[in-house]
Amino acid sequence: MSKYLLIESRDPYESGDVGNYFELAQGLAREGNDVTLFLVQNGVLSARSGASSAALDDAIKAGIEILADDFSLRERAIDASALKAGVKSSPLDVVVDGLADGCKTIWH
Amino acid sequence: MADRKTLTFALMDPPFESARTTTALRLIDIAARRGYDIHVFAYEGAVCMPFSRQAPHPNAVHGHDVEEENHPLPKDWEAALMQEAKKNGGSLDWVNCGLCVDERGVGEAIEGVRRGTPGDMVSMAGESDNTLVIGTR
Repeated sequence: MSKYLLIESRDPYESGDVGNYFELAQGLAREGNDVTLFLVQNGVLSARSGASSAALDDAIKAGIEILADDFSLRERAIDASALKAGVKSSPLDVVVDGLADGCKTIWH
Repeated sequence: MADRKTLTFALMDPPFESARTTTALRLIDIAARRGYDIHVFAYEGAVCMPFSRQAPHPNAVHGHDVEEENHPLPKDWEAALMQEAKKNGGSLDWVNCGLCVDERGVGEAIEGVRRGTPGDMVSMAGESDNTLVIGTR
């Protein structure tokens, strides 16, 4: 089992391949890997409780840990209480923690 | 320091254009505050980030002079990150891809930046605990 940290920076409503990236996260998790999905920049937009994002909803249902950069949320006036259940606000330090711990870290 | 880590970041975006640059510098800042040894390999437009001739400017539309505009310059942020890493017992080694520098005519870089090749990127990654590549979409 490997530890993966997948970073999504793109707006899901601008880039169609964001959904593919979320599916990649699910696939890695299905194969027994420890997967964290970290949303940053416009990537946090799909984490709003009212946002329509089937791929992210599926990732949440799959039990993947999903974190949203607190700075990106503040920039976009998204309160942590307005996030989907299953998404947590998190500092960017988590990414440096993952890098330091040897997580396979991929930026998208 | 037992938990002192070495991380490599590969950056591709030019300054003043993308939120990716902001996020990349935030990540480097966190690592610098931890006293990590940090390698940066800048290629394509990112070689302009430490260009020493970046200059602040006034904003006539807003009626601001140079001081009021207080225009941020990435070269100053990178110099500050180098100082921050050093202050905490770490280091920030910034390598600009030489070919990318020549293409853009930005050979004048701030102190602490050195010229290299993609081979340096391989060496950096090889001696690091981990590497993050932040590419332009």
